[in-house]
Amino acid sequence: MVKNIKLIAVVSLVIVSFFILLKGLNKTNNYSPDLNSSKIDFNFKAKFLYSNEETTLYELINDKDFSIINIWASWCLPCRDEHSFLLNLKSLDKLNIIGINYKDNEINAKKFIKELGNPYSKIVVDPSGVNSIELGAYGVPETLLVHNKTKTILKKYIGPLDDEKLAELKMIIKNEN
Amino acid sequence: MLNQIGNYSLYIALLSSILIIIQSPILLNRNNINVSGRIFSLISIQSLMIIISFIALIIAFIISDFSNETVYNNSHTSKPLFYKISGTWGNHEGSLLLWLLVLSIFLLIFTITSKSLSNKYRILTLFFQEIIILGFLLFILFTSNPFMSLFPIPNEGTGLNPLLQDPALAIHPPILYLGYVGTSIIFSSSLAALISGSVNKTWAKHIKNWVLVSWIFLSIGILLGSIWAYYELGWGGFWFWDPVENVSLMPWFCLTALFHTILILEKREMFHSWAVILSITTFSLSMSGTFLVRSGILNSIHTFANDPSRGVFILCFLFILITLSIFIYFFHQNKIKNNIARTYIVSKETAILVNNLFMMFFLSVVLIGTVYPIFLEVINNDKISVGPPFYHKLIVPFMIPFLIFMAIGPNFNWIKDKIDKINLQQLLFFILSIIVSFIFLKRVGISYLFSLPLFIASLFLFFITIKDFSVKKTNLSQKISHFGFSLFILSVLVNGVLAKEYSSNMKVGDERKFLNKTIKFESLKINENKNYQSLEANFKISDKNNSINLKPEIRVYDQPQTITSEADIESTLYSDNFLVLNILKNDGFYNVRYQIKPFMIWIWISIILISFGGILSIVKRNG
Repeated sequence: MVKNIKLIAVVSLVIVSFFILLKGLNKTNNYSPDLNSSKIDFNFKAKFLYSNEETTLYELINDKDFSIINIWASWCLPCRDEHSFLLNLKSLDKLNIIGINYKDNEINAKKFIKELGNPYSKIVVDPSGVNSIELGAYGVPETLLVHNKTKTILKKYIGPLDDEKLAELKMIIKNEN
Repeated sequence: MLNQIGNYSLYIALLSSILIIIQSPILLNRNNINVSGRIFSLISIQSLMIIISFIALIIAFIISDFSNETVYNNSHTSKPLFYKISGTWGNHEGSLLLWLLVLSIFLLIFTITSKSLSNKYRILTLFFQEIIILGFLLFILFTSNPFMSLFPIPNEGTGLNPLLQDPALAIHPPILYLGYVGTSIIFSSSLAALISGSVNKTWAKHIKNWVLVSWIFLSIGILLGSIWAYYELGWGGFWFWDPVENVSLMPWFCLTALFHTILILEKREMFHSWAVILSITTFSLSMSGTFLVRSGILNSIHTFANDPSRGVFILCFLFILITLSIFIYFFHQNKIKNNIARTYIVSKETAILVNNLFMMFFLSVVLIGTVYPIFLEVINNDKISVGPPFYHKLIVPFMIPFLIFMAIGPNFNWIKDKIDKINLQQLLFFILSIIVSFIFLKRVGISYLFSLPLFIASLFLFFITIKDFSVKKTNLSQKISHFGFSLFILSVLVNGVLAKEYSSNMKVGDERKFLNKTIKFESLKINENKNYQSLEANFKISDKNNSINLKPEIRVYDQPQTITSEADIESTLYSDNFLVLNILKNDGFYNVRYQIKPFMIWIWISIILISFGGILSIVKRNG
């Protein structure tokens, strides 16, 4: 009897693992960002990098028609890579670029901007990383395109911007009038 | 032409596999017939056919026969010959063919070397092994055939992933596979021994060779993989607790435990069931490893194909084998003689049992760390990543008693020993270790997780294993392996504590100060090579006494277009100087990472020593 119970226990464990792994196979491995805008709360408080004032992201995304929220850090190498693309985007009139400095050291962050140029109209800091995660960020760099009137996220990029993504961003902005 | 040869020989191999599986139950009932007759010729034909198909694939790669889809996808005419050949198994289809090749050759060797054992046991082993071979043949022929034809024939192939173009990696998969496949023989033979009621001394003696062979190949395979990660990936470490690495480490823990258990079985006729369970587990872990790595369920560079149908096939096959072995175990368990030999607490048996317990603990930690995220994601949709801190926090504290037991254990006698074996000499070594560790850590000024007791325990093991070379009682191979292990732990610890890293963005002509050294970026030049262009930088690292030049490269491969960073590493007996360069955006700045890694070379040497102990043991047993 004890033997049977053992057998049943082991076999059912095996069967459960089988189905879990089977289900795991059908899932994609890539993170698919959830674009459900109702979940996202722009109303968090954050301090500016260059002053000690507090603001909320909600206030920041009122200017102009569109906002880009870019999450970056000075320690993140791909952020350096994408920086030139952000500088390129700065020239668009309808667009307001907001940086969220993620889990960074203030001195390094300022050095980074000084060295590579400042594409952002405002930079807020997120030393604990919690706010970025609340925004749905998976890591740095990450870029969100927000429609300012409706406060919805139109597009989200995980990883550094490149030529292709830049072109796509410009297309969306052009079409969404 | 080559495609046809390869295809047909695989089908003939499939046919012989089916014939053997059908015939073995019939032969089993006729006790007087020797296996060497028809089954032996079938096995020989099968191996021959698989060898022919493998050679056909190698030739297709060498002559760049792009009518073959596998060659087209993974090769290019401009590749050096060495990488054309290694490209044969550097892809999903070819690597499975290699698995199959090793499976059939090992089975042939098994049939030849097991003549002295009972007929029933041999036929059953062949039977189970052929089931595994059949599974692989079906898998290869119907989901990942390496001999698919392409028409029209392309002029040029798409190339081999440049990261895989490295000598260590060219031989890493074959060696690792030898280890994995060796465990399949252990699996089949343990099931056969269970059914034929011959789990005993003779079996232990016979299977010990296979355990050792798999263990040696697995150790060397892991070593090569980590050398590759160190030199080629340029992450500056040798072990990252990456799921794919873990997957090769798990069967290693299990095999190590099995080897020690087999020793008891051979000498003392104890732990029969445990040896069988470990044999089954080892193979299941090797197979699950292949599944996890190949199916794409884990994200990694090793994932060649992301085709769910393949994953489903391996998964079903794996679980059929596991379920089958569980049922066989439960229904034939009573055939195991359970003679409870009288044993005392202070004895070699207990010491080995303790080793087994620790091995199982380490195995569970790694298993949970690797599989739990997958399970959690499926059940809960949560993404978590388990990194080095998890493993360090769980393994490090248990390392301390483990090392101390490892120092004391091997010197115990079988059956019964006196506790006063822990004598004055050992006590002196222990005190010495405390003093040395204390002074060392004080000078370095670093305290991290359990650093002091960990250093004490590993130094203690180190001293004791050195001292043991003067004792005649135990065998030399064990001493070498255990000494190798103590050296390994010690080098890893020193490496971890004393490693220094500096990272900065530099352009040509820049100079940076780091500790007492000056790092100067002297020049940058472009080289044209056969299948890549390289940017070769020249750095001068100097301190008061001497200076070295390091030349890291950034390579731009054309087929397929990929950029890789080649670290330059200057190895000495004391430390490695590691320098790697990364491209930043076009402004002439490069990201430079310079690391000093003490005793790096000793990590490799110690693993070679550990494996060498195993090799010596095989030579001594059979020579």
